[in-house]
Amino acid sequence: MIGNAIAGLYGVGVTPSTTAYESIATTTVGSGGSSTITFSSIPSTFTHLQVRALYNFGSNANLRMQLNGVTNNTNLHYLTGDGSSASAGRDSAGNIISLQYGSSASYFYVQIMDILDYTSTNKYKVGRHLGGVDYNGSGGVYLGSSLYSTTSAISSISITSNNGQNFLQYSTFALYGIKGA
Amino acid sequence: MAAGATYTPLETQTLGANAASVTFSSISQSYTDLVLVCNSGQVTADTSYNLRVGASNTIDTGTNYSDTALNGNGSTASSYRNTSANRILPAGSNSSSISDNLIFHIQNYSNTTTYKTVLSRANVPGFRVVATVSLWRNTAAINTVQIYGGSNLLAGSTFTLYGIAAA
Repeated sequence: MIGNAIAGLYGVGVTPSTTAYESIATTTVGSGGSSTITFSSIPSTFTHLQVRALYNFGSNANLRMQLNGVTNNTNLHYLTGDGSSASAGRDSAGNIISLQYGSSASYFYVQIMDILDYTSTNKYKVGRHLGGVDYNGSGGVYLGSSLYSTTSAISSISITSNNGQNFLQYSTFALYGIKGA
Repeated sequence: MAAGATYTPLETQTLGANAASVTFSSISQSYTDLVLVCNSGQVTADTSYNLRVGASNTIDTGTNYSDTALNGNGSTASSYRNTSANRILPAGSNSSSISDNLIFHIQNYSNTTTYKTVLSRANVPGFRVVATVSLWRNTAAINTVQIYGGSNLLAGSTFTLYGIAAA
């Protein structure tokens, strides 16, 4: 069942079971903006988590994700394309999405972020990311892999910018759970 | 806290004969994101796959699309851009057998506030692998999606549209 769900998301199109993928919670930012998106009391009944995000900052910022409120335990490797060249990088400053192409009304960044085996107490947590923004003449596409050096089961997720920027109105973060067999 | 099962298969189209395009219309507005999963090939190899969307069951053929892509062709990693195009270009190549896999995530398709962004992965064996972020510069809610090739899509190709509903 989980193979079908993951394959349906990223792989060869096998029809996923509709009971394997559930919506847990959604946050949409109001007119005042918000500095932090928080998912707390995440149920432990799933195997993987997925965050699907549509977001915008007022100006350039990277995305940070804290698991269980812990900072400075994140390492990131990424591959990006900016329309003219492909590049690779790494980040150990706590960023999970290192993608800065400015800000513009109506043009929102999108990200699909997975956290695998989030309830395991035997392993560090691994995340993978696909996302980007296109402004019809600029922008970038992003593939990333992040490591969270914690063996604790994940019960909360906090998402912020790296520089105090607020998420703008209409930014939306939706958390989903994916079940194993 | 859980709001229920989602990732609902909305429609599957399997081609009984070669066809120029596949179109999904009257798409329910009850979901947050759409996911289109394609297993396909084309009559002529190494042409392209293309995607268009629209509102009110009218596919937009205007120059309202753009892409930024990350591409690997087996020897080189590169990036390219299309601006003010008349379609989304997830892959500039295709196989002549049903061995291509394309997955499109059409994010927040039913909102009427933002331009629409599409994330796609194209896996074209023997030619390329591509990750693309694309934009439809329109705030209208999408209710129709069309995929077409540089040549006819092969009989037996399958296209499944899923809806994901946020809590």
